[in-house]
Amino acid sequence: MERPCDCCPNPAVVHETLVHNGLKSEIHLCAEHAAERGYILPTVAGPALIAGKLLEKAAQSAPRAAKSCPNCAMTMAALRESGLLGCPHCYRHFEEELGGLVERTQEGATAHTGRHPAQSARLIDRAAARNRLARELREAVSREEYERAARLRDEMLALGADVDGGGSGSGQP
Amino acid sequence: MNAALPPLVGDGPDAPMSDCVLSSRVRLARNLIGFNFVNRSTHDQLSDIVHHVQSARLGGPFEAGTRWVNVQATAAVDRQMLFERNLISRPFVEATHPRCVAISGDESTSVMVNEEDHLRLQMLAPGMQLRALCDRMTALDVSIERTIEYAFHPRFGYLTACTTNLGTGIRVSAMLHLPALALVQELERVQRSAKELHLAIRGFHGEGTEALGDFYQVSNQTTLGRSERDIVEEFAGSILPQFVEYERAARRVLVERDPAALDDRVHRALGILRTCRLLSLEEAIKFLSRLRLGVALHRVEGIELALVNRLLLEVQPAHLSRAAGSPLGNGRDDRAARAEFVRGALR
Repeated sequence: MERPCDCCPNPAVVHETLVHNGLKSEIHLCAEHAAERGYILPTVAGPALIAGKLLEKAAQSAPRAAKSCPNCAMTMAALRESGLLGCPHCYRHFEEELGGLVERTQEGATAHTGRHPAQSARLIDRAAARNRLARELREAVSREEYERAARLRDEMLALGADVDGGGSGSGQP
Repeated sequence: MNAALPPLVGDGPDAPMSDCVLSSRVRLARNLIGFNFVNRSTHDQLSDIVHHVQSARLGGPFEAGTRWVNVQATAAVDRQMLFERNLISRPFVEATHPRCVAISGDESTSVMVNEEDHLRLQMLAPGMQLRALCDRMTALDVSIERTIEYAFHPRFGYLTACTTNLGTGIRVSAMLHLPALALVQELERVQRSAKELHLAIRGFHGEGTEALGDFYQVSNQTTLGRSERDIVEEFAGSILPQFVEYERAARRVLVERDPAALDDRVHRALGILRTCRLLSLEEAIKFLSRLRLGVALHRVEGIELALVNRLLLEVQPAHLSRAAGSPLGNGRDDRAARAEFVRGALR
């Protein structure tokens, strides 16, 4: 059975198990919400993915300075010159190029093992509650329990969910 | 009339390892989600960030009182004052863009808004108190995060403008006083071993400053790949005690080998400080450093470590200007005022 996203009823494509301070938690996100949280996803699937990879390789052989962050327009050339990234999105956009730089500046370390924002844990809790309500809402509608459905809908709205659409995710731009 | 200044950080003679450690500091680099980093933000966006943070409830030490200083609209001498008190950084003094700093009532904690990162949280304490500082810092960070959402990446951790701060964003440091190691000519070896341990060694005022008076700021250099706890434990539990033990061993050598030479050096310094008529900042720190060594080794009667620590701060230009009640610095000769001030304090 397809697992739904933690933030909306869409099917999850990213599945991650986090172990932090001995506590295990799971993250399941759809493509949209995964991208919002900074996960790197292939934008196309199957043969198109392979074509995409080839295109990416071709793009890489072109001058790298031409590649720029879609959010802040920072280029790798400017980044190399200043040593500073332009925005949080740069880390996603230049992840591949940055790998080496991060390793060099961090004495070989490649991944974070410290604290996580409590906020993300709370968001995931809230998303799980929204998912539960969404499932119950679907059941209620299919059973034509409209009064219950209306109440579930109100509860979902209170949790910040977009009832008609795919869910509001983190609720922050 | 100037308001009274709160008690000084670095003023605690009873703090652990205060003979060799002037102060401990922990700082976190954090950025807000939904905004470009500072170097890529417009004037208006930076103002928005300031407003956003000012409307948040910071919590922690800020509950007991918060002073927000709009640094952009603050006079140069007052910015210098904040810098001398280690509440803001040198680049923050000199920048021209919208920025502010929140200072807790006890001055132990400050949050710079729009330094290299949106938020630079820092806490200071006298002597060696890194573990306690780190616990308090974590509590403050969690508190701030209740109203401000941080930029975070599952692989890279807390996202920062420069990759050198990535991951935990934590920098733990201690201001060490290593005059005996300098005298027995072991400092170079200490600096080499610090490099091997991936530590940064900086001067009196941190990054890019000279090591005046054998004061050295030592800090961790990497922020990714290890937990905050591991970073602090290694630094506070293993590295720092080794530095302190090495300096103490050098001090014992000085006392045993030639106590007269040591006493002469200390008391000459005291003599100059008590009688001079013109005293530059560099000289003041040099002689106060020698005096501090003598006081820590109980070779001087009637002078407390706290007084020497306080003078190290108060001989600096903005503090001196405030004490003299007249604008000094900015190329003006403040040597006479400094000499008078120090003579008065050590009378």
